[in-house]
Amino acid sequence: MSAPQSHTASAPPRWNRLRMIETPALRYGLLILGVAYIVWSVGVLDINWHRISTGIPRAGNMFSRMVPPDFSRWSLLVKGVLESVQMALAASFFGMLLAIPLGLCGAGNLVPRPVYLVARIIIILSRTFHEIIIAIFFVKIFGFGPLAGVLTLIVASTSFISKMIAEDIENMTPGQLEAIRATGASFPKLLIYCISPNTLPRFLGVSIYRLDANIRHSTVVGIVGAGGIGQVLAATFSRYDYDFSLAILIAIVSLVFLGEFFSSWVRGYLR
Amino acid sequence: MTVAEHAAKYPEIWRRFSPRMTLIRYAWYLGIVAVAVWSISNLDLPWFYFLDAHTQALDLAERMWPPDLEFWQTLANPLLETIHIATLGTIFTFVIAFPIAFLAARNTTFNSATWFIGRLILVTSRSVNTVVWGLFFVAIFGPGPLAGIWAIAFRSIGFMGKLVAEAIEEIDEGVSEAIEATGASRLQVLVYGILPQVLPVIYGTAVYRWDINIRESTVLGFVGAGGIGILLYSSINQFQWREVSLILLSVFGVVLVSEFVSALVRQRIS
Repeated sequence: MSAPQSHTASAPPRWNRLRMIETPALRYGLLILGVAYIVWSVGVLDINWHRISTGIPRAGNMFSRMVPPDFSRWSLLVKGVLESVQMALAASFFGMLLAIPLGLCGAGNLVPRPVYLVARIIIILSRTFHEIIIAIFFVKIFGFGPLAGVLTLIVASTSFISKMIAEDIENMTPGQLEAIRATGASFPKLLIYCISPNTLPRFLGVSIYRLDANIRHSTVVGIVGAGGIGQVLAATFSRYDYDFSLAILIAIVSLVFLGEFFSSWVRGYLR
Repeated sequence: MTVAEHAAKYPEIWRRFSPRMTLIRYAWYLGIVAVAVWSISNLDLPWFYFLDAHTQALDLAERMWPPDLEFWQTLANPLLETIHIATLGTIFTFVIAFPIAFLAARNTTFNSATWFIGRLILVTSRSVNTVVWGLFFVAIFGPGPLAGIWAIAFRSIGFMGKLVAEAIEEIDEGVSEAIEATGASRLQVLVYGILPQVLPVIYGTAVYRWDINIRESTVLGFVGAGGIGILLYSSINQFQWREVSLILLSVFGVVLVSEFVSALVRQRIS
């Protein structure tokens, strides 16, 4: 019983709540640094306060022109949405296919070092750049239209899915790999009987998630001319055609919502 | 027993799947391929563009090399602006997403109506891409970094709010009950019972989102919402490909560093 007593004796009389950062100096230091950063960065940024002060009435004006949403050009809307969905579907399919070899090459425990490094560099490079930057390049090479959009989404999905595959294979217990190898299995048999049962469920889950992400991204690559509903949306904004913009935004939100619902339903079913 | 005898005695061959399962599996494959083929054929893609794609790509690569290093002076400020947009946007998100997350978590919301409102805000925020929010805020505030900051914030609210709300729903109820039992008010339960449990998640998500936001803010300039994107867009439109390659290199560097920093901080937090 001596331990609790000595504890009581040495404990401070007041209880202090637990903090994320225990040292007060560091805690307040970080806070002050944060505030200083905000002051500095807002000062550096080239913000036109006059233009912003006129923004609030502008926003009111914009909203009044947005409501009610104009669905009268629904055929254009449906065409754009359908194009976006088809872009997402096609890109997810090819992304899934291309991700398998790239993911296998990116797994350090399967392939020789140089192959691994090359695959990882490809994955990192294509993940770093935002879809829209990639889209611009494809638009330059393949011209305006959905082809550039599909290719962009393929690049994005391939790098995303292959990273997941590579990590999954690297996290596999080495025993299973060794057991199958010990039976004298060739590399293709190793793939079919050891790696695919281990990674397939998550691969399918990630691919379905990617389909949902592709639907979201397919709605914006159009802003740089790569097809889909985004192209229509950007055009309505530049024509101040706000009531149609709102109709498109509502369509996008419900499309994304449906995609998310479908994706979580399928992933629940896979589990 | 030789192999032949063995085969005669045990004629069944081991298979992973029963015939029915195999059939179902192939039906799925067929369905997926059919959907892909339908999409591709309906998109009406101009396949002949592939014929000269490699020459176009090579031509582009040739014009991009070497990067125009002189351009560095023009580049530095917009690059810094990009980082500011992402950081300030994340700070705004932090402030706004906080109350909304408590509204959208079942165990801290007031009633089902407020819960529904919280969820609705989060879903709407997440469904609209940063660049689309950018279009919107440029129309309101005019072109410039402020539109970018709001675009980043509005997209991130949904992301952070959703993850934080999930963390709040998964807290240990015993702690908040114990604090309630001492006669604490609702606010005190929140501050002393719930907050300490979710703070690591909140900080972790914020840092994670910051790193995504850096990437997103590099393209906000395409719709006029400030940052390096404006410069990239104008260099592309003027066919200054050597400037473009320097911009891309610097974007690559910034994104890599931010990803590294974010991973480091998250490791320290958890």
